[in-house]
Amino acid sequence: MGRYIVRRLLQMIPVFIGATLIIFLMVYALGDPVTALFGDRSPDPATARALRAEFNLDKPLWHQYLLYMGKIFTGDFGTAFNGQPVTDLMRHAFPISLRLAVVALVLEMLIGIALGVVTGLRRGRAVDTTVLVLTLVVIAIPTFVLGTTAQYFLGVKLGWIDPAVGPDAPFNQLLVPGLILCLVSLAYVTRLTRTSVVENARSDYIRTAVAKGLPRSRITVRHLLRNSLIPVVTYLGADIGTLMAGAIVTERIFNIQGVGYQLFQGILRQNSPTVVGFVVVLVLIFLIANLLVDLLYAVLDPRIRYA
Amino acid sequence: MPDQARQPLGAQEDATAEGLTAGASEATPEPGAPHGLWTDAWHDLRRNPVFLVSALLILFLVLVALWPGLIATGDPNHCELIRSLEGPSAGHWFGFDTQGCDVYTRTVHGARASITVGVCATLGVALLGAVIGGLAGFYGGFWDAVLSRLGDIFFGIPMVLGAIVFLSMVSLGGIWPVVLIIAALGWPQIARIARGAVITAKQNDYVQAARALGASNTRMLLRHILPNAVAPVIVMATIMLGTFIALEATLSYLGVGLRPPTVSWGVDISAASDGMQFRNAPHILLYPAGALSITVLAFIMLGDAVRDALDPKLR
Amino acid sequence: MRGSIHLTMALACATALSLTATACGSTPADAGAGDRVVRASWGDPQHPLEPANTNEVQGGKVLDMIFRGLKRYDPKTGKAKNAMAESITTDDQQNFTITLKKGWKFSDGTPVTAASYVDAWNYGANAKNAQVSSYFFQFIDGYDAVHPADEDAEPTADTLSGLAVKDEHTFTVRLSEPFSLWPETLGYAAYSPLPQSFFDDHDAWLDKPVGNGPYRIDSYRPSQSMKLVKNKHFAGADKPKNDGVELRVYTDNNTAYTDLQAGNIDLVDDIPASQLANAENDLGDRFINQPAGIIQTVSFPLYDEDWQGADAAKLRKGLSMAINRKEITSKLYHDTRTPATDFTSPVLGKDGGYKKGLCGEACTYDPDRARELIEEAGGLPGGKITITSNVDTGSHRQWMDAVCNSINNALDKSKACTVNPVATFADFRNRVSGHKMTGMFRTGWQMDYPLIQNFLQPLYYTDGSSNDSGYSSSRFDDLVNRANAASDEGEAIGLFQDAERQLAKDLPAIPLWYQNGTGGFSDRLSDVRLNAFSVPVFTDIKVD
Repeated sequence: MGRYIVRRLLQMIPVFIGATLIIFLMVYALGDPVTALFGDRSPDPATARALRAEFNLDKPLWHQYLLYMGKIFTGDFGTAFNGQPVTDLMRHAFPISLRLAVVALVLEMLIGIALGVVTGLRRGRAVDTTVLVLTLVVIAIPTFVLGTTAQYFLGVKLGWIDPAVGPDAPFNQLLVPGLILCLVSLAYVTRLTRTSVVENARSDYIRTAVAKGLPRSRITVRHLLRNSLIPVVTYLGADIGTLMAGAIVTERIFNIQGVGYQLFQGILRQNSPTVVGFVVVLVLIFLIANLLVDLLYAVLDPRIRYA
Repeated sequence: MPDQARQPLGAQEDATAEGLTAGASEATPEPGAPHGLWTDAWHDLRRNPVFLVSALLILFLVLVALWPGLIATGDPNHCELIRSLEGPSAGHWFGFDTQGCDVYTRTVHGARASITVGVCATLGVALLGAVIGGLAGFYGGFWDAVLSRLGDIFFGIPMVLGAIVFLSMVSLGGIWPVVLIIAALGWPQIARIARGAVITAKQNDYVQAARALGASNTRMLLRHILPNAVAPVIVMATIMLGTFIALEATLSYLGVGLRPPTVSWGVDISAASDGMQFRNAPHILLYPAGALSITVLAFIMLGDAVRDALDPKLR
Repeated sequence: MRGSIHLTMALACATALSLTATACGSTPADAGAGDRVVRASWGDPQHPLEPANTNEVQGGKVLDMIFRGLKRYDPKTGKAKNAMAESITTDDQQNFTITLKKGWKFSDGTPVTAASYVDAWNYGANAKNAQVSSYFFQFIDGYDAVHPADEDAEPTADTLSGLAVKDEHTFTVRLSEPFSLWPETLGYAAYSPLPQSFFDDHDAWLDKPVGNGPYRIDSYRPSQSMKLVKNKHFAGADKPKNDGVELRVYTDNNTAYTDLQAGNIDLVDDIPASQLANAENDLGDRFINQPAGIIQTVSFPLYDEDWQGADAAKLRKGLSMAINRKEITSKLYHDTRTPATDFTSPVLGKDGGYKKGLCGEACTYDPDRARELIEEAGGLPGGKITITSNVDTGSHRQWMDAVCNSINNALDKSKACTVNPVATFADFRNRVSGHKMTGMFRTGWQMDYPLIQNFLQPLYYTDGSSNDSGYSSSRFDDLVNRANAASDEGEAIGLFQDAERQLAKDLPAIPLWYQNGTGGFSDRLSDVRLNAFSVPVFTDIKVD
């Protein structure tokens, strides 16, 4: 077990370097960010040069990358163009997005698994068909349409929620954004659980349990659910990273100043320290979440032992 | 025994796939009936109403995508601002959008770009993912680690983010950059599933037997392992197809997707949603979004039917 | 440390989520605001909040509240009036003596002196400080030494030789050449004075800027919100009629607008174009729509061979006449834009140089004549033309589509004109200033100060700082030079208008429409208006 964890941790290093390099190259390829700082005016050469020097943009690409990576290990993620250290932005943005991701994750887990089990047990019946159509609608309609519509009707017409989330982003304000954010994942979870439940419902141990005359609820929860959840858990683990970063659209609609907002802003302003810094942390979260899921898997399925 | 020591690790990493493949792997036909699985599946499908309906629908959509002029003779790019947001009327059943373009014509002509993006991106993702994931699962060991970590790198970069950066970078417009970036960032998801499915299949007695009998790697992969890995990939891919068509709309919303004169549902949906213009004129959102939903529905139903047909346990 | 607390909170709340959804919310967003505080929408400023380092509206909005310079533009008329200046005198339009009013203080209690100005201007001009608005000081003698034009040259001086402190309340300015209207430019934020603390502890100052304006910053959470309260040391006439302002950052104007409808915010300026159809219904008389000093144009790449020569001029005129400005401004913009008929803005007024109809036939919609002209000119280069603009901000996509459709309809070809959207402003500006355009591209101008000079010289003078089309006309340059040196204002404006007529002939850019400032406010507020720069006049706003 210990050796396995060490090996996985070691494997993270090349992944980490690879991901940062790719995103660094991509942001770099976007072009020179300095011109835009001058608005509609042509950049003034002397000021532009001073700005390039300040952000290390005057150095060759490999040098910029080394300087950047070197600084990261000392905890310095550079400075955004508006003069704020990227670490300050992170300190504020990550807790907010984490909260949003947790809300989304809890919702997709509760609703997704419940729907999945119900449809799996009632395969082919009206409930199944209805949920199929609903998940489909959710997949087919882009998040921004659902988001703006929900915001308008719940926030303005009905007045049930605040259309925009405050700077502190408390949990109660994140419920609707979290629901909007998790809808697509919710559809996946529902379908995954359904498939899994259908498979397992025909397995020998369930048949045995039924034959033994165990109560229906006990069979569903103790036997069926536990075994059906394994693929779902994997999916949810991988989803944490996606939820945190994929919130660009949701965060924009509901004015949540989290990771997606900072990333989008960073891209628009071609601010590589912000974009690379945030992605670096996201990749780390993603890798650690994956590892945790793998370990959790051993808990759920006693057949699995790590060498 | 090194192979067995790795097996649980492989299986758990791709749990997503296990639930989906478990059934398929056990009841594969004996080597004596070469096309058994596929013949059986086809036999099944022909009598499945869900399959027939979705296949007909997809056929229709593909025809519309290829020859939109057959049912909409107008020019989708002919717009008269004076008719902005006019509601449905005779001769213009779907009304006019903000720019005064005919919504019916645009919805029909939008099929081509949207379906191309959806289908091509899904094909790209499925091929890349199945090949890389399959190889990783089949060979295991060092190559498995390398390919899986490579997948992690691409999976770690958020799709929307990567797409914005890449598309702003190339700024060519058109369908292919969109397809390319979706395929480049979407394959790891399929790869994980394919890898898991292959590892599970590899452990089966009949595969072990084939290996003992001296079957070549290629033969084992193609004849024994591939058929078992196909089902979970198809299920995932059909769901992904829908999200890709919707993703194209999101990219347009963020200003990096398709651009005129290309007509697509995504472009029209994002234009209609900008500032909730559909509040006063729901028809500008309803028709492109409806067309998109029907397309996604058709592909998911098809995927479901094919999956069921490939899974003998559900027969 | 703080991060880990958040995390614990998050987990604790997540567990309780399904039971008591609201229990974990912290204070509601509006609880901290005082009774008579204006809650207004804001955008994240692009630059640190230094006066000479701010060139966009969002940063400018704050500077306008916390600083007061020598002049201030009247919120109603746009005329430059003395604010901190007692007098600005000159005999030769080149040497100015500036006397300050006495008794002014920064919000930290230190006095505002002549040195506060001279030090601030020297700081802003120096290339070492990399201030994006340095060019405002380019008229002052000695600018070349502190801010060399050449990219690789180092500054040879630290201070502007044209500035000299005479006594605590007097300083003199020598310009490098005569510029009669120069005092009128002094209302721009870049000319604000700076307190000593700016130079002593720059980082601390940036965390919470200190100025001499009607408000002072109470708290600032970068990229989220800012709270401003009355500055009790403010010596100007326009003391705030409310208790303060809370600015909240919105990423998307649409959200700010939705929040206004829900009553969570009091004031939104710049309503997104796509919401305008709803705005009048939603807001009634709480919808603001008033002229501002903004003109939208499309320019041509005159550095490209296709766009040079007499035929190309005819082609440009034809394209201009193919655009149905009236239909676009009414259908898409619901009359928050007005079709442009000259190169300036109505906010200048007749006396300031605005002349309706100066552009003449070229700015009049006439599709038949347009097609004739384009055919006479040999058709579009390669049979096609594009309009390029960034689409990340400012709802540009809609009008670009509409302009193209208008041109296509005039030519009766559906794909002759196509839109070429660019995802980011940065990318767009790189292409424009790198002279990489091949077709029409968006240019717009928001005035820095309400002078006709500001609408012409930076944009069309040979090598002007925003001359994106690469236009160069010796006649135009000559007229502008003569206008700047003229001592009589009427004469100067006449010469500027002659220069403008040259533009109407050459058409390096086609005027599209004058843009109004738009906004909306809640029923808590009254006396809300925008100034000529489309920024709300916060000091006048009353809160019930």
